[in-house]
Amino acid sequence: MPSRSFLLKMLSLAIVFGAWEIAGRVPVSYAFPTFLESMRALALLAIDGTLFTAYAETLRPLALGVLISAILGIALGLWIGLSARFDWLFSPIFVVMQSAPLAALIPLLVMAYGIGLTSKVFVVCIMAMPVIVLNTASAVRNTPSSLTEMARSFLGSRLDVILKVIIPAASPVIFSGLRLGISAGFIGAILSELKITPTGVGDIITYSRSIADYASMYAAIFSIILLAVLFLNLLEKLELHLFRGNNRGYVTD
Amino acid sequence: MTIFGFRLPGMSSLLLWGLVWEIVGRLGITFFVPPLSAVFATLFEIIGTPAFLKALSETAYAFGVGVTAAIAIGVPTGILMGRSRLLDELLLPWVNIFLSAPLTALVPVLMVLFGFGMTSIIITTALFAIWIIILNARAGVMQINRSLVEMARCFGASPLAAFTKIYFWSALPEILSGVRIGVIRAVKGVIIGQLLISIVGFGALFELYSANFLMTHFWAVLIVLFAMAFSISELLAYLERRVSYYAAKR
Amino acid sequence: MSQTRAAPRSTVPLAADIAVRTRDVSKHYGTVEALRNLSLDFPRGQLTSLLGPSGCGKTTLLKIIAGLIPATSGQIEVSGKTVTGPGPDRAFVFQDFALLPWASVLRNVAFGLELRGVARSEREAIAEKYIRDVGLAGFETSYPHQLSGGMRQRVGLARALSVNAEVLLMDEPFSAVDEQTRRKFQEDLLALVANENKTFIFVTHSIEEAVYVSDQIAILLPRPSRVSEVIRPTGIRDKGADNIRRDPEYLDIVDRIWASLRSYVE
Ligand SMILES: Nc1ncnc2c1ncn2[C@@H]1O[C@H](COP(=O)(O)OP(=O)(O)O)[C@@H](O)[C@H]1O
Ligand SMILES: [Mg+2]
Repeated sequence: MPSRSFLLKMLSLAIVFGAWEIAGRVPVSYAFPTFLESMRALALLAIDGTLFTAYAETLRPLALGVLISAILGIALGLWIGLSARFDWLFSPIFVVMQSAPLAALIPLLVMAYGIGLTSKVFVVCIMAMPVIVLNTASAVRNTPSSLTEMARSFLGSRLDVILKVIIPAASPVIFSGLRLGISAGFIGAILSELKITPTGVGDIITYSRSIADYASMYAAIFSIILLAVLFLNLLEKLELHLFRGNNRGYVTD
Repeated sequence: MTIFGFRLPGMSSLLLWGLVWEIVGRLGITFFVPPLSAVFATLFEIIGTPAFLKALSETAYAFGVGVTAAIAIGVPTGILMGRSRLLDELLLPWVNIFLSAPLTALVPVLMVLFGFGMTSIIITTALFAIWIIILNARAGVMQINRSLVEMARCFGASPLAAFTKIYFWSALPEILSGVRIGVIRAVKGVIIGQLLISIVGFGALFELYSANFLMTHFWAVLIVLFAMAFSISELLAYLERRVSYYAAKR
Repeated sequence: MSQTRAAPRSTVPLAADIAVRTRDVSKHYGTVEALRNLSLDFPRGQLTSLLGPSGCGKTTLLKIIAGLIPATSGQIEVSGKTVTGPGPDRAFVFQDFALLPWASVLRNVAFGLELRGVARSEREAIAEKYIRDVGLAGFETSYPHQLSGGMRQRVGLARALSVNAEVLLMDEPFSAVDEQTRRKFQEDLLALVANENKTFIFVTHSIEEAVYVSDQIAILLPRPSRVSEVIRPTGIRDKGADNIRRDPEYLDIVDRIWASLRSYVE
């Protein structure tokens, strides 16, 4: 028998999609298709393949940007966390970036790099990087001192301490920083498709809006949100699985 | 960091970066980076102009209304979710979905439903802020020490008194931290909204500057924006520290 | 485990038999004076307890001996050699165990040897032996979070034993385990001291524990930090683990230490 929490989740879905359907039938606005119409449009987009080519397009700057941010961000974060000098030099930049509305840089990026892939990758990078860097740095800084002292007392070299203690101890937080970075990267990728040039899913959204095919527009938006949420949830599950028990090993009970 | 035994304050390296910026600008390496001094000169020039003040007030208005709505709806919702298991199980999946969803994708929907104007920007702002506010208010209520509630019951507190004297204060540190993160997100939301619906506020200003390649103007506005965002976030962090001194001691 | 002792250990040792010697050690943390001119000898093959109220500098002294933090002034000698940093002659057992949460028991125990560059098969063989010795056979592939507090500290102990250092530094090793486990640990520790011919430096804030396990007890007092007294509970050492707590001399010493410490407890 399905559990109470599963049933409630289903009920919750039914209520929301039901409300969407009813609101679309009323209709609350000429631009508000019903749930079923939107799902039909989604199916059509999927069947004629438009959706998949669009995703291939959308995910390219996202994947590239996230990859660059991950490599650069983790390296920088490690460096900042390990060296007080680097911390002083670089932390403020990322702290400011973290709170700043970086989307405002987009017009500038477009002027500098044009409307192609480079600009889009850049947008994803500036959105994803700060949280990756800051998480990595603070994870490194917060390595339990008893673990580093342990490694030093057993004659670990500085490199040993970094590779065998600090990085593994920091990896759960680094990973969650990566997940948050990807989440921010999604925002950047979609923003750049809507703002810079309509390609991929952004193109479906913009085009179907211009021809008043609202069902397709809602379908595309629905699918990108679904994809992002599913992917991020998957990462979170993976995180819980990979680092099970990691934060409990050294607390006393 | 310390130099010659003197501790350098936390953000002081920004001065160094400002200097680097100035030098890069003076060398004329790229058109896109004018000298910092020129940017500041422009900043003082435009800061009192009607166009700037209009953009600022429109942004502040959208931001203020959006954040107020997010708090006014988010905090009670979170508290209710923390108190009622049924409500929690019904709403939590959606809160989590919207917390991690790329909300930029929803802006086109808002545009067709609410028009290319202030309303859409306000809703975008509120949408960016509200989910984390709900989640934190919920967490704040859920972590309340049971013995504290039982103590109040033992001393005969009425439900209303228990709510205003115990629940609210116990959950306050979490609520405030949710509001802080929510406000930071709202700053990003209001700018994203203005960029996509670029006839209002700074969005319009950016269009104007980039169409005319006014680099110093562009950077001046960016600096104002970033400085304001940073100040807001620091101010809220400061307030949060003032209130949450007891958070660790519960 | 056998409670017999190889030799009568409780006589005042000769100068040559001092394993660790601290001379006029002082330590300041900024304006906090954690230790002032502390001189103390630790006889080889014996267990010396550092006993005192919290904040009197026990951990600080132990970490200075371990070479983890430098002394502000003064000198530490281990077997005649001045300490300048961590060395292979000392091993540390941590109050909070300091186990790697992502590593199995086997890897945790072998970690000290791993850091010393011992080949994998060799270090795992050694680790397995010590895992058996501390009574954790069968848990080699478990992870720290799957173990109880007492078992975790056994892992920490096995790790310290496996590097075969002369001096074992133990910082309140039993303070995070429950009372029954703690008593078992104390009995095992007596056997360990008897069999292993190592020098133990043992930090505790429990008077009973110190008297029960020690050959020599150094009482540390704060403000200013100093060694106020060194007590050698000689008479009770060969009574056997089961009888010590009933011995009148044991009770006398416990009382005497409490009398000198009580004025420092607010
Ligand atoms: N890293 C440190 N920085 C500043 N003060 C410290 C530090 N470590 C210990 N102290 C201070 O030194 C004194 C002795 O500490 P400690 O050696 O930990 O005492 P014990 O282990 O006996 O409880 C205490 O007053 C403590 O506050
Ligand atoms: Mg201590």
